[in-house]
Formats: sequence, structure tokens, C-alpha cells
Amino acid sequence: MSLSRVIASIKRVLLQLKHDPRSIALIIIAPCLLMTILKLVYWSEPQVFQKVAGALLGVFPMLVMFLITSVATLRERTSGTLERILISPVTKFEFIMGYAIAFGIASALQAIIVTTYAIGPLGLEIKGSQAALVNIAILDALLGLALGLFVSSFAKTEFQAIQFLPVILLPQLLLSGLLTPRNTMPRILESISNFLPLSYAVDATKKTLIGQGSIYGDIFTIVLFLLLLLGAGSLTLRRTTN
Amino acid sequence: MASAISIRGLTVIRGGKTIVHEFDFEIEAGKILGLLGPSGSGKTTVMRSVVGLQRLTSGAISVFGTPAGHKDLRTRVSYSTQDASIYRDLTCRENVDYFRAMQGHSSSSTDEILELVDLVKNRKQLAATLSGGERSRLALATALVGKPEILILDEPTVGLDPLLRRDLWKLFHRFTAEGKTLLVSSHMMEEADHCDELVLMRDGAILAKGSPEHLRKKSGQANMDSVFISLVEAQ
Repeated sequence: MSLSRVIASIKRVLLQLKHDPRSIALIIIAPCLLMTILKLVYWSEPQVFQKVAGALLGVFPMLVMFLITSVATLRERTSGTLERILISPVTKFEFIMGYAIAFGIASALQAIIVTTYAIGPLGLEIKGSQAALVNIAILDALLGLALGLFVSSFAKTEFQAIQFLPVILLPQLLLSGLLTPRNTMPRILESISNFLPLSYAVDATKKTLIGQGSIYGDIFTIVLFLLLLLGAGSLTLRRTTN
Repeated sequence: MASAISIRGLTVIRGGKTIVHEFDFEIEAGKILGLLGPSGSGKTTVMRSVVGLQRLTSGAISVFGTPAGHKDLRTRVSYSTQDASIYRDLTCRENVDYFRAMQGHSSSSTDEILELVDLVKNRKQLAATLSGGERSRLALATALVGKPEILILDEPTVGLDPLLRRDLWKLFHRFTAEGKTLLVSSHMMEEADHCDELVLMRDGAILAKGSPEHLRKKSGQANMDSVFISLVEAQ
């Protein structure tokens, strides 16, 4: 592995983001706005806000990075830049690392701002540490990245890539424990949710919020999913095509 | 002379349609081979095959005696696609910087490379805002990074102003003088005389090959368009 090539890729992805201030604004502002709406919706029931907001913190990074990555890699595929990279000395691992680290940085920034905003102005109470929340968010974002990378190979246009959001992410969202705790769902749904990575990110976020229970098991499971999905994603980066 | 690229019986069938049929040719090291033919004749597929991006139905391609697409060739062969494979949301300089980093060990600086394609004044401009011709020059620039020994350029001069086209051909000849080998495609027959060797293509097959003089003699025509027409009619 060449460290200088990974660093060049990180720099390139961040520069692309820098040239697109509107996207940066969306990454940062959209979650803050949604949190505000949630706060207002549950104005009279602060304990419900407390529960739902915590779960939502686990949803944002994955959602945003899934969208960004599926469109960004689809663009690499359709513009021919991916082929250019695959015929250069760059390895698939270096290519993926470039994206993972650059988007990891972006999602860390997002998590820091959103959690600070939720804890401060919105009065969200967290018993665990904010640093733990940010770390979970980064892993969570990487899950979104891995899923986006994988899914982009099944889409031919950006329009199709966006359509994967309701297919891939919404079921995970519904079953993640965002709406109701997973153990109160029908047995079959609970079992399905055990195989969905977002469930563990939401679990870990909720536990950090109430300051109870160990999150190491959740983190371990997220990392396993992450490696599996990144492996599957890298298989979709094929050099020779028909 | 040793051959830099050797193509034997190359056939590509895509979706039941024969794109390239039984292609045979060699390129000597240090020469420019022009792949000439109308759009849709299979030029891009031949080039993609030489770079190792195309799955071959049959046939074999060797580059410096190594199968096309082999890992060892990645720093030795560079490829510029027809529709500018660059990052439109990066500036010219950022594009070249990135591809330089990907190829490693570049002998020229980013500005020197941009100078070759006359884009120094646009270096801080986003690729998305460049004109079509500027964009294809930027794509060419990103293929000149590193120290490639073989340059595979798909329609590098299309849509360019005649002065710039002349300058680019001068540059290509400078490359061959340095020992580099070029495979250049074009749909414009008047580009023929810039090449050492020609392969004329039509419908995925080779119509004729040889030096421009040889093809003129063979067909008895002076103008390259007429050479092409008389070769097609003679079939």
C-alpha cells in the first residue's frame, strides 16, 4: 500500500467537497434542522424527544454517507475516472481508503456539530460521553459509505442510485428501534433487525445517551458488518468489463 | 525494431454484436500508429482492449511481451478516453495533481504538463466550466503524468483549433523521438499523414493497414478520404 496515494485520494475527495459548498451545508444543516423539528414536534413531551433524538443521531451519518457515496462512486463509474484509476498503479484498497477516510472526516465534523447543537440549544441530555457518540457516528457513516459503494454498482444513473434509499435504508430505519424499541416489535421483525447493521448503531447511540450498558458488543458487530460490506463493495470495482 | 504492442486475432462480441472482428496488427516501439475509421467502427474497443479494460471474446494482446492489462504495465501505459475522464468538480491543476500522485514518480511538474496542452491560464478553473476542447486537453494532460512509454489516446485532437492540433502533433512526434509509442485514434482521415503507420477500420474489421504512402499507392488516390472510399468500394 502506498501512503502517499491514499493521502492524495483523501485530499482529492475533500477538495471535491470543498468545491461544493451546498453539499457541505446540507451535510451539516439538514441534521440540525431535523433535530429542531423533532424538538418542536415533541415540545410537550420532552422524554419522547429524548428517546427519538438519540436514535436519530444514529441514523443521520449512515443516511447522508449512503447518499453521498452512492452518487460519488456512480459518478466515478460513469465519468470513466474509476477506470482510469483501476488501470493506474492504485489498488482498490487504496481507492476505498481514500473515500473512507475523507468521508470519515466529513462525518466526524457532522457528528460533532449535530451532537453539540442537540446537547446545547436543544437540551438533549446525555449520560455517556459525547466523544463516544461521535465515534459511533463515524463508524455508522462508514457503514453508509460501504453500502453506497456496493449499491452504486447496481445503478446505471444517479436517478437510480437515489431510488435505492427507500429499498436499502428505509426498512433498516423502520426496524432499527427508532420508532419503538426493538424488543417490543413482533418476534420476526426483531430477528430481522438483528441482521441489519443500523440496529446496532442505534442501540449503541441509545446506550450512550442513557449511560447504561456496554457498547463494545455493538461496536464489534458494526465493524464486522463494515468489513463484510467493504469487501463486497470492493468486488464491484471491476477493471475488465464487457 | 521490437514491437511495443502486438494484437493477434482480437475479437470482441458484445450483446451478440461483433464489435471487433479478427484484428491483427503490431506497433513498433517509437512509432505513431493511427487507428482511423468512422465513429462506431470499433476504435475505442480496440484501445480499451490494449489497456486491459475490455473482456476479450478471443485473441491475445501483448504489450512489451506482457499480456495487456498486466500489473507491471500500469506505470508504462497511459490511456486518455474519448469523453474526458476527469473530475469535473476539480480545477485543472487539482486534476493533474491527483493523477500525478496516482502514477507516482512524475518527471514534469503540474504546470509543465498543463503548459504542454496550453491550459496554464486555466489552471485554477473548474473542469466543469471548461469548453469541450479544453476538457479533452485536460484529459490528455492527465494521461501525460508519470513516465508512460506507451500513450493510448482516443480522439485526442477532436474539436480542437487547427493551430493547437498542429502543436499537439508536434508534441506527439517529440514523444516518439524520446522513444515513446503512440496509438492514436481519429475519425478524421486528414489526420493520417501525421502517423507513421495506419490501420483503417470499418465495421469492426481492418480495411487496410500500412504507411500513408503505401495506402495511397495501393488505392491510387492522393486524398485520404478518397483512399478510404476507394478501399471500401474495392471490397
